[in-house]
Amino acid sequence: MTDATTNDDGIVRAADGTPLKKRLGQALFRSRLRAFGLVTPLLLMIVMAFLLPVVIFLKQAIYNPTFESNMANVSPVLAQWDAVSEPTEDMYAALVADLVQARKDKTIGKVATRVNRELSGTRSLFTKSARKAKKLEAPYKEALEDISKKWVDIETWKAMKIASKSWTPAYLASAVDMKYNADGSFERKAEERRIHLKLFVRTMEISIIVTVMGLLLGYPVAYLLSTLPARTSNLLLILVLLPFWTSLLVRTTAWIAVLQGQGVLNDLFVVFGLATDEDRFSLIYNKTGTLISMTHILLPFMILPLYSVMKTIPPSYVRAAKSMGATNWTAFWRVYFPQSIPGIGAGGILVFILAISFYITPALVGGEDGTMISNFIDFHMRRSLNWSLAAAMGAVLLVIVLFLYYLYDRIVGIDNMKLG
Amino acid sequence: MARDSNPEGFVVFDHVQKSYDGEILVVKDLNLSIAKGEFLTMLGPSGSGKSTCLMMLAGFETATHGNILLGGTPINNIPPHKRGIGMVFQNYALFPHMTVGENLSFPLEVRKMGKSEREAKVKRALDMVQMGDFAGRRPAQLSGGQQQRIALARALVFDAELVLMDEPLGALDKQLREHMQYEIKHLHESLGITVVYVTHDQSEALTMSDRVAVFDDGIIQQLSTPDDLYERPQNAFVAQFIGENNKLLGVVKSVKGDTATVQLDNGATTEALAVNCGDVGNRTTLSIRPERVNIGGRKTKMSVEGEVKELIYLGDHIRCRMDVHGNEDFIVKVPNSAGHTHLKEGEKTMLSWSKEDCRALDA
Repeated sequence: MTDATTNDDGIVRAADGTPLKKRLGQALFRSRLRAFGLVTPLLLMIVMAFLLPVVIFLKQAIYNPTFESNMANVSPVLAQWDAVSEPTEDMYAALVADLVQARKDKTIGKVATRVNRELSGTRSLFTKSARKAKKLEAPYKEALEDISKKWVDIETWKAMKIASKSWTPAYLASAVDMKYNADGSFERKAEERRIHLKLFVRTMEISIIVTVMGLLLGYPVAYLLSTLPARTSNLLLILVLLPFWTSLLVRTTAWIAVLQGQGVLNDLFVVFGLATDEDRFSLIYNKTGTLISMTHILLPFMILPLYSVMKTIPPSYVRAAKSMGATNWTAFWRVYFPQSIPGIGAGGILVFILAISFYITPALVGGEDGTMISNFIDFHMRRSLNWSLAAAMGAVLLVIVLFLYYLYDRIVGIDNMKLG
Repeated sequence: MARDSNPEGFVVFDHVQKSYDGEILVVKDLNLSIAKGEFLTMLGPSGSGKSTCLMMLAGFETATHGNILLGGTPINNIPPHKRGIGMVFQNYALFPHMTVGENLSFPLEVRKMGKSEREAKVKRALDMVQMGDFAGRRPAQLSGGQQQRIALARALVFDAELVLMDEPLGALDKQLREHMQYEIKHLHESLGITVVYVTHDQSEALTMSDRVAVFDDGIIQQLSTPDDLYERPQNAFVAQFIGENNKLLGVVKSVKGDTATVQLDNGATTEALAVNCGDVGNRTTLSIRPERVNIGGRKTKMSVEGEVKELIYLGDHIRCRMDVHGNEDFIVKVPNSAGHTHLKEGEKTMLSWSKEDCRALDA
């Protein structure tokens, strides 16, 4: 009390008159520096190898400069154009100049692909015209019309206008089954072309079912583990952890062996007369297969947080409840269960987030109606090479997860989650 | 204070045995009768079987053999929630997700009591432990002593006739513990409830109980009132476990009436009150309380010369470690009264005690 004195201004000061807060900050500076030094390597790695790539990739969802950077003359003209009036001769001239240049730079293929995404059938139009562009003479409108009638179609120009915008909401719109028009408006895609939303809904549905199933199957196991004597529970815990030591691929293929038409389970059904030999259950290459194998694969992620929370609930709570006259069920429901909620929260959110982005298992056993959004992202990454759309779908998925995380925080509270 | 322990007591343990592994009995043939309104403490070192007995009474452990009766009815097959026994746990076991008020109203809710009746009872119970203003708090916001009171109130709120307490004061600091001892004692007296209290703290047992059952090795070593337990221990374990005690080992030479002549291991002979020393030729432990030893005085048959080894000043008394009959840890308490004997280290002095204070017990 003699070293720290409060002055009239209300600031606590150290013996030499400097504010105590400043003094404390100086004293703690070195230890803070050292603490920061310890995390720096990991921080750098995460920033360089994770955060930066994620940000760069997500940027592709709203930024695609393929057209604008390779078609330098026509792009500013397209930006001016109102997307309603007839394209002028100047616009055709700019287009021909760009086609010549793009052919020289060997970038016409990329440009053609980009426009083709907005209006299918334009790919060959661009490559064919670019080959002949060098020999074209004014008036360019008629010259291009000679190559293809499509050049005087305003839809072609609209597609070019959409593609010419490097910063574009088109991909995000497409990820949620909307269409971005040349005049800047949005509309829903035609009924038969709405596939993404259905896929998002199915992904959510599968993730929720897997989480609930995991909870129903995992809760009793975790309870048993937490109440058994240490030796037995350690042995059983190894059995729970065993799947972690087996490759995900192996576990999934094992399920194929069990669930397929001529598989172990169906054979047993036939033996016990639950199914006829000709009419076996289709348990795999559909949603059922995805649900069964994903529940199994993600179960340890549910059991472990539950177990670690239940381990900390002293048996005396339930005993106290019983001594006060509560039946087994009341003691469980009113006293034990509320205290295990942090474990349910942790296990649930862990399983849900892993499930929502699950890839290998639905790819192998999902078939037609058991595939998830991540399989579609993979398709656009590796097959159709539409990275911008893949990025847009990834971004939508990220937003959904963050939103659910926020909801969870509001309802359960993030600090109510315990992993151990 | 002692109540008669007729076999038709309120709580009766009748030849109760308990084994967890089928090899070792942790409770060996327990017979105990607790009268209505009695405060009985089960005292003993850890692993002595006292907590197991309490858990069997509460219904959380089943007796391997024998009967437990509550109010004359055997309760072996009655589940804990139907026994109507209040219980205070070592770590209080207050439900962390409920407020203090909700904790207290829990036992009333499961009894399907109406809201207004519940509130009245909760309020009464909280006032009883002077915690009336805390109904809205969470247990985590309370200090250890306050949690203790709430746990006590929760065990009492549903008017249980029998309340069990499993080392309820173990986690409190010394001062608070002593204060709570009196409070529990007063509650017991004013409510007229029967209390079975488990502790390993002998001073706690002596302060609070009507009777104390000293447990060791699954057996009640002695069951008597606190003063009896301290002043007239029946065997060496009790003498050693309750309070401070000086031990002298020897062999019984002769027994005449209640007087035993004992030859100590260093060759000297002394007389003692024959309590539990067996026949001539048996080994025996002589037990003498440190405060019952007189310093100085004339030489008698019971007196002996001792050498002062160490003096520790403790304010109200001086603790004197002496070499007596070859026992170098013989403690004598010299009261710090006006004109008390001043001793110096290395000094030799005569010590004496009366025959009744030197008890010949089992070896």
